Amino acid sequence: MLSIEKLNVSVGDKKILEDFNLKIGKGEVHAIMGPNGSGKSTLSYVLAGKDGYEVDGKIMFKNENIVELPADERAQKGIFLAFQYPIEIPGVFMNNFLKTSLNAVKKAKGQKEVDVVEFLSLVKQHAKKLGIKDEQLGRALNVGFSGGEKKRNEVLQMSLLEPDLAILDETDSGLDIDALKVVADGVNALRSPNRSFLIITHYQRLLDYIKPDFVHVMVNGSIVKTGCSKLAQELDKIGYKEFQKAI
Amino acid sequence: MSDNLIQEQIKQDYAYGFVTDVESVRAPKGLNKEVIQFISKQKKEPQWLLEWRLKAFERLQSMTEPNWQKPQYPKIDYQALYYYSAPKGFKEGPKSLDEIDPEIKKTYEKLGIPLNEQKRLAGVAVDAVFDSVSVATTFKKKLEDIGIIFCSISEAVQKHPDLVKKYLGSVIPLTDHYFATLNSAVFTDGSFVYIPEGVRCPMELSTYFRINASNTGQFERTLIIADKGSYVSYLEGCTAPMRDENQLHAANVELVALDDAEIKYSTVQNWYPGDKEGKGGIYNFVTKRGICKGKNSKISWTQVETGSAITWKYPSCILQGDNSSGEFYSIAITNNYQKADTGTKMIHLGKNTKSRIISKGISAGHADNTYRGLVSIHSKASNAKNYTQCDSLLVGNLCGAHTVPYIDNKNSTSTTEHEATTSKISEEQLFYCKQRGLNQEEAVSLIVNGFCKEVLQQLPMEFAVEAQKLVSISLEGSVG
Repeated sequence: MLSIEKLNVSVGDKKILEDFNLKIGKGEVHAIMGPNGSGKSTLSYVLAGKDGYEVDGKIMFKNENIVELPADERAQKGIFLAFQYPIEIPGVFMNNFLKTSLNAVKKAKGQKEVDVVEFLSLVKQHAKKLGIKDEQLGRALNVGFSGGEKKRNEVLQMSLLEPDLAILDETDSGLDIDALKVVADGVNALRSPNRSFLIITHYQRLLDYIKPDFVHVMVNGSIVKTGCSKLAQELDKIGYKEFQKAI
Repeated sequence: MSDNLIQEQIKQDYAYGFVTDVESVRAPKGLNKEVIQFISKQKKEPQWLLEWRLKAFERLQSMTEPNWQKPQYPKIDYQALYYYSAPKGFKEGPKSLDEIDPEIKKTYEKLGIPLNEQKRLAGVAVDAVFDSVSVATTFKKKLEDIGIIFCSISEAVQKHPDLVKKYLGSVIPLTDHYFATLNSAVFTDGSFVYIPEGVRCPMELSTYFRINASNTGQFERTLIIADKGSYVSYLEGCTAPMRDENQLHAANVELVALDDAEIKYSTVQNWYPGDKEGKGGIYNFVTKRGICKGKNSKISWTQVETGSAITWKYPSCILQGDNSSGEFYSIAITNNYQKADTGTKMIHLGKNTKSRIISKGISAGHADNTYRGLVSIHSKASNAKNYTQCDSLLVGNLCGAHTVPYIDNKNSTSTTEHEATTSKISEEQLFYCKQRGLNQEEAVSLIVNGFCKEVLQQLPMEFAVEAQKLVSISLEGSVG
């Protein structure tokens, strides 16, 4: 699904990712854990195609190097990023945004676009599962949403767009236990043999609910250790210090 | 990209830039008494109106153009313009739709305004003004049946001289300012509306202005009177061919609302804005003013200004009747080298008068956008209330937005509120939209339409969708 080879990323003089390598197979769930400032969020932005970084190396997605593609084309090809801090857009109603987005992706895939009636029944169905009230769908996108509402909204978008690769950037931050469960259930419902996940997090907590196939420890822009889900529990006990020392 | 391709690209952006090939009859070039007499004669006007025009012309000689506005422009040579241009063979006065030149009919069809009543939106009557003359008015008969007069101002002068004489210049005096006085001297055509007492106009009335001839100024004159307890919603649209020269459109629009009457006036202005380097485009220097003459009357202006090289206008309300109210909802979009200096004046004279101003300015490219407004509360306007909100949105780093509000309050029982914001479409917002599969232009359009929503909602439904599209098209190529 995804193969990152020798990825170097910098902003100005500052190197953020250094010779970064990662392979994610079809249907696999990978978690990346690491301390603040290790480059986790940058990795998610660079995979999604955000401007403003100097990028060198290969990002192979479904056997195509997408490193030069703009963000919208990557999204249309099936990459989804659930934002750590979802952006507020005043005046743009959530319904309208979701429909525009869904149809942009459908159009790029050569699928039939949905009309208002089809869309509304589809979105309400998904929203219900995530405990999102219809009322929220008629509000301006993320404006005045609580932390939990914003994160649920991200998962709602993910379930509507049905991506091949979903990147979750600290989706657990700012969530209470109940919201965390709802979000995790939403993600688990989307797990399938054809869909891969990259979950970025500080804490092992989220991984109690979403069981990863692989856990990577990221320090100073590189992966320093890879293991199974047990690694996450270890990290929870010993912290990142050991790994930082090693470098 | 080769020059040809660039040209094509620009042409695509402005879909109404074609020229209709009709022979025209023009007044001799220049501005003088003879030309005014020529116009008046073409229109078979009564003596009093010719004298009125000449009085304005005389007054004009001692006036100079205002010069306090933000957008500056090269000096206009008023002697190099034509002040009257009509399709050849055009007869002044009422005519049936069959008499219209097929070329002109085709023009309006291309603009999406078929004049054939069967093809029209059922709820909209249209007056079509081509250069200096009104070529057709639809649904006249149906409206006449309930006493509504909807015709060209030229026709009204012939058929309803008393009404015209009573109200023409009653809101914008002959001596008002340079462009208004110029208009009074040389105005050619526009619409006339009279809604009788107690009648609610059952359909949208609209005028579609088209400038076709080159080197020609268009001097629209529109007069709308809503008698006691009546209601009317009126909409105007404007387009022009693409030319390298700047053309002047100096209109005067007067609205009069008597006791308990309401006038809703909407504008979707899409004059040719000039090319991407700022060459050509219309100078849209317009005076629009309404008076809430009677008690409990209401005038509401809504404008979507996307075209013109320079837009310079302040649709205003004189709130004379007690409990009367005025509203101004505006979207002004400037892209490339376009400039706008627009806003409103709310003059509170009566007791318990209310006004509400919502202005949304969007600036992209190298454009410059100014909101300028006056809220004036006179000493007798007890308990007057005003609310003003001015929001500016910047797209890119090279454009400008300015807000110049004047508040002049002479009554201590009144309240005025002013809120203003300036924001920029952030990289973060764009990235978020793109990550959801929208391209740059779709993202900008979505964000801008969200920003304008409050104003777009004020437009009659038949036009809201069109206006929304227009907002998107006007900003094409503005980023990235």
